[in-house]
Amino acid sequence: MKNESILSVKNLSVSFHMYEKGLEQYDLKVISNMTLDVRPGEIVAIAGSSGSGKSLLAHAVMGLLPENAVISGEISYKGKILSQKDKEKLRGKEFALVPQSVSFLDPLMKVEAQVRGPKPDKAKIETQKEIFKRFQLDEKTEKLYPFQLSGGMARRVLVSTAVISGAEVIIADEPTPGLDLDMAMEALKVFRELADEGKAVILITHDIDLAFHMADRIAVFYAGTTVEMADAEDFRQGELVLRHPYSKALWRALPQNGFEPIPGFQPYAKYLPKGCLFSPRCRYKTKECEEKIPMREVRGGYVRCIHAD
Amino acid sequence: MQIEAKNISFRYRENTPWILKNVSLKIEEGERVGLVGPSGYGKSTLVKILAGYLKPTKGEVLLDGKPLPKKGVSPVQLIYQHPEKAINPRWKMKKVLQESGMLRDEVMDALGIERDWLERYPRELSGGELQRFCVARSLFEGTHFLFADEMSTMLDVIAQAQIWNLMLKEAEEHRLGLLMVTHNHYLAEKICTRTIHLEAINTTGGKHGKERTDKV
Repeated sequence: MKNESILSVKNLSVSFHMYEKGLEQYDLKVISNMTLDVRPGEIVAIAGSSGSGKSLLAHAVMGLLPENAVISGEISYKGKILSQKDKEKLRGKEFALVPQSVSFLDPLMKVEAQVRGPKPDKAKIETQKEIFKRFQLDEKTEKLYPFQLSGGMARRVLVSTAVISGAEVIIADEPTPGLDLDMAMEALKVFRELADEGKAVILITHDIDLAFHMADRIAVFYAGTTVEMADAEDFRQGELVLRHPYSKALWRALPQNGFEPIPGFQPYAKYLPKGCLFSPRCRYKTKECEEKIPMREVRGGYVRCIHAD
Repeated sequence: MQIEAKNISFRYRENTPWILKNVSLKIEEGERVGLVGPSGYGKSTLVKILAGYLKPTKGEVLLDGKPLPKKGVSPVQLIYQHPEKAINPRWKMKKVLQESGMLRDEVMDALGIERDWLERYPRELSGGELQRFCVARSLFEGTHFLFADEMSTMLDVIAQAQIWNLMLKEAEEHRLGLLMVTHNHYLAEKICTRTIHLEAINTTGGKHGKERTDKV
């Protein structure tokens, strides 16, 4: 399954142009040097801290960032670097997004119209009915408006939308909160099947223990950058095989793995430290960590840490 | 102290299906109870009723045998899933704590609230940091019960472990009664002294009860 990547993100940086008091302005850099790639037939899960830029990355790929966003770096699809216009053409056709917030549903449109899209053919309606059945959504759900759905139902509707879109690249931004374990597993199984059919899936999630079992590779984000990218197998094996101190800390904080949090917080974008963004919380920190830290290969994975071995 | 739900039934309007029917439960001070059950079975509704945010259609909620106080600070506090929606976006964090009278060093130290966060607006803090403020403002002297409705689902696992470890410490020190809604059974195992399965005590079988029983 080692084929070429279909979507790749290289050294992506995103800043927001912000107003402070009155007319004072500043640039808030929320993503810096982010790297990610996904191949057809695989699920890449993105794990990482809240506010590490996971959703922003999804929005950058889909061309959904607001006007005050300044983007640098490359996002390429099938070898071609994408412009904003390209993204607008591709989204909804070859790119599909499962948005994080259930407020992305149109409040004035019935569920069936939103899921099927404009002018659905018979086959599409058929697939929609099948997927609803799988997600245990009653046939009556099709005729409901979003405000009549529970949180978990809305989540399943959003997932269905992307599934029947027929897109080549699917980005699912937190598709599981509010779903009980069986239902969350079902949703992830659906993504697994899509990948097995040759689609590329990017799965953004805090339910990392589920992701470890369903994904092929894991990318770990921290404070707007990729700190590690490795096979999911390494995360299943645990702490010792992982490379970045932050990935190890994530693993250890899981309730089933000790429930031990490291102290401290992710720095706010306005007050980023120099060099390694994780260094203020890292016990291996040395003077060299204040330099620019490149991504490098260690034991078959990639890590942004000079001390990893 | 003890909080008791007595034969609670709830539906939004007449002639709509019951969401909760004849649900009874008791929680003692110092207990940590997990409320679990499939999506759409009324967990959040029940928690809102227990905290006094929704009125039950039938039945009552009793605190030491008496109805919840209608005025003043409630001894029963609720913490939501989305901290960014529970905090006034136009207030600096300092004001959020001042409003609840919890701008006190010992509270901030206990919850790991850093002093320079106080001058920031909610959008300048992450979910995990904001959720600490929600916990802080719910920890009044007079608080006896804390209800957490999926308090940590939107947080990364480190922030989740941080906030729950703080909660456990606070609950122990003040002998609070704790009720948590969660889908994560590993988390429930770590936190709770016992768990309640809503599908076992809610006789409607939930909103989607029929489909579910078919599957079993």
